[in-house]
Amino acid sequence: MADYVKMWKDLGMDLESHDMLCQVLPTAVGDVFLTQENRPKAMDFWDLVISEVHGIRPAELIEEQKKGRKVFGTFCVFVPDEVIIAANGIVTGLCGGSQFWVPGGEAVLPKNTCPLIKASVGARLGRTCPFFRIADVYVGETTCDGKKKAYEILGQDVPMLIMDVPQMKREKDILKWKDEIADFAAKVEQITGNRLTVENLKAAIRTVNEKRKAMQRVYDARKSLNLPISGRDALLMTQISFFDDPARCAQMCNRLADELEQRIRDGVSVAKKGDKRILITGTPLAVPNWKLHNIIETSGAVVVCEEMCTGTRYFENLVDDSGETLDELFMALARRYMKNNCACFTPNPGRVDDIIRLAEAYHADGVIDCSLKFCGLYDIEKRSVSEALKAKGIPVLSLETDYEDSDAGQLRTRIEAFVEMLNG
Amino acid sequence: MDKRYGVGIDIGSTCAKSVAVDGDGVVVWHDLRPTGWSSVDTAGAIQSSLPEAVKAGQARFVATGYGRVSVPFADKCLTEISCHGKGAVHLFDAKDLNVIDIGGQDTKLIVITNGAVSEFVMNDKCSAGTGRFLEVMANTLSVTPGGLCDMASRGGETRISSLCTVFAESEVINLIGRGTPREDIAWGVVDSIAQKVKAQAGKLRLGSGPLCLTGGLCGFPFVLERLERAFGREVRTDPRARFAGALGAVRRLTGGKSRNLQTADG
Repeated sequence: MADYVKMWKDLGMDLESHDMLCQVLPTAVGDVFLTQENRPKAMDFWDLVISEVHGIRPAELIEEQKKGRKVFGTFCVFVPDEVIIAANGIVTGLCGGSQFWVPGGEAVLPKNTCPLIKASVGARLGRTCPFFRIADVYVGETTCDGKKKAYEILGQDVPMLIMDVPQMKREKDILKWKDEIADFAAKVEQITGNRLTVENLKAAIRTVNEKRKAMQRVYDARKSLNLPISGRDALLMTQISFFDDPARCAQMCNRLADELEQRIRDGVSVAKKGDKRILITGTPLAVPNWKLHNIIETSGAVVVCEEMCTGTRYFENLVDDSGETLDELFMALARRYMKNNCACFTPNPGRVDDIIRLAEAYHADGVIDCSLKFCGLYDIEKRSVSEALKAKGIPVLSLETDYEDSDAGQLRTRIEAFVEMLNG
Repeated sequence: MDKRYGVGIDIGSTCAKSVAVDGDGVVVWHDLRPTGWSSVDTAGAIQSSLPEAVKAGQARFVATGYGRVSVPFADKCLTEISCHGKGAVHLFDAKDLNVIDIGGQDTKLIVITNGAVSEFVMNDKCSAGTGRFLEVMANTLSVTPGGLCDMASRGGETRISSLCTVFAESEVINLIGRGTPREDIAWGVVDSIAQKVKAQAGKLRLGSGPLCLTGGLCGFPFVLERLERAFGREVRTDPRARFAGALGAVRRLTGGKSRNLQTADG
């Protein structure tokens, strides 16, 4: 491993605590990923990135900052990357997915806040994540009450921009979101010192669309009954895509998709005969949260799709790049992003439609609907999801969990029982 | 057909339940003991206490319950959800039924359709509504769990509202401090278990078949009474229902036959 200690020191990180975090990660990666058999060779890229997750990409970001580029840290798939990229900014995801950061978050947040929020706040305040140190500005959004209030706390420590996401999907809400994107663009111009033009915004839209298409190609390969990639590997690809350069991300995903398509032609599968195909839906799985996939894929089942922000919600639907004015392009962005069926909307029938559509397209034998503890929105929506799936004859298991390992046994019992039920 | 003996071992958080059946599916032995602190040791003790004929006969073993992975000699492991479902189908002689299993650490509701599990829910980490909850409360009232249930049947309506065992214990201590009769507090404890199970049932669609209670509380009539009141329908049970998991496990070997378990508590 390259020596990043000086870089971490320069970032003002708490090296002693960070060492403890660095010690657990290789074991987790080994247990979850390297124990798998017959992995696609193209996963080597993501194996490398995750093995030095706090080194390789942060070092690149710092190099770009030296050239005067600004790094925007984001927490949500509603933030339009295209606007930042058009202004020559860089986007990096910031969501915390480790229990390591939760106690730091609980020091300033109520305990009954979702672990993603607690970990994100803990990662910033504890100074143990380089991405949280590097970002020049954070972009928050109003997708839930917990985040809204947590951003106020983060805002005391780091510059924050907040985008007001509508809570309904009427035409006037889409127009409101377009105005919000335009306001956001003005702030991004200010921070980067670069003007948005029709040309650079169109180019950015194309870059991000290419990334979406490449990710979709990998997911399309997962529809094959001859499953060419495990859910764990696909999840890792999706998680890292939030941090990577979009053009390289597209290139690597396409390279992986090439191999997966060849595997399908050659009849190479990672699933054992009789493994049940599971679609997962629910709240996001931020790095390094691999708990659910790992339990499922060691219980006689495979994950074939994630209807999640770390999944199809991130890359489905392209942005129309035919507009000839910034206003038209902002409107095209607004229309695309408002197709996201997050549980923050009321009503939200689109999510149920998505789950049913994806369960069919990916030939899922069953659906696992899992939310992070204290996420009221997704927890409440479990009922309507479950009723709609049962009406369609699709078996569903509803779960709730956090980042701790202490409930792994209970989760395993439920998941094994679900798989036994699918086996009849 | 395979004429070897089959043994089902259900290692729960509190008690380990085992049954052995002969090649015709007739129950020839059963065993109930505390799980203790080591599931592996308990599994070993169960193995050595098997009848000589079973030991000599190359028996096959199916393990279930939370300690199922701690039975090194098991030929097969299955979850307690599948096994309780299978066991209940056999015990209550119905293809469609709804099972309430109140165990030491968790409470499950299992819907069986045409002999197979079609839906289930389990409580989360919290132990409210489980056998552990009853034990903690019995301890606070200085009685045994069975004693608490007897006492409760003589008590009057009292509500314990906390969903968490620790908070509910504080609530019970407050009631004691206020001089509420023990019988009334016991009534509240048992009723809160029934209410919690009923709330859990809201998360699935119960089938048309009978509602049946399995697990360690099936020998307590007042638990049954409060459950019947909460659900507004008959709740069946059977003295052998503590062994539902072990019976269900062994049924995986015998193709459905396992008869003649006469007593539950030995």
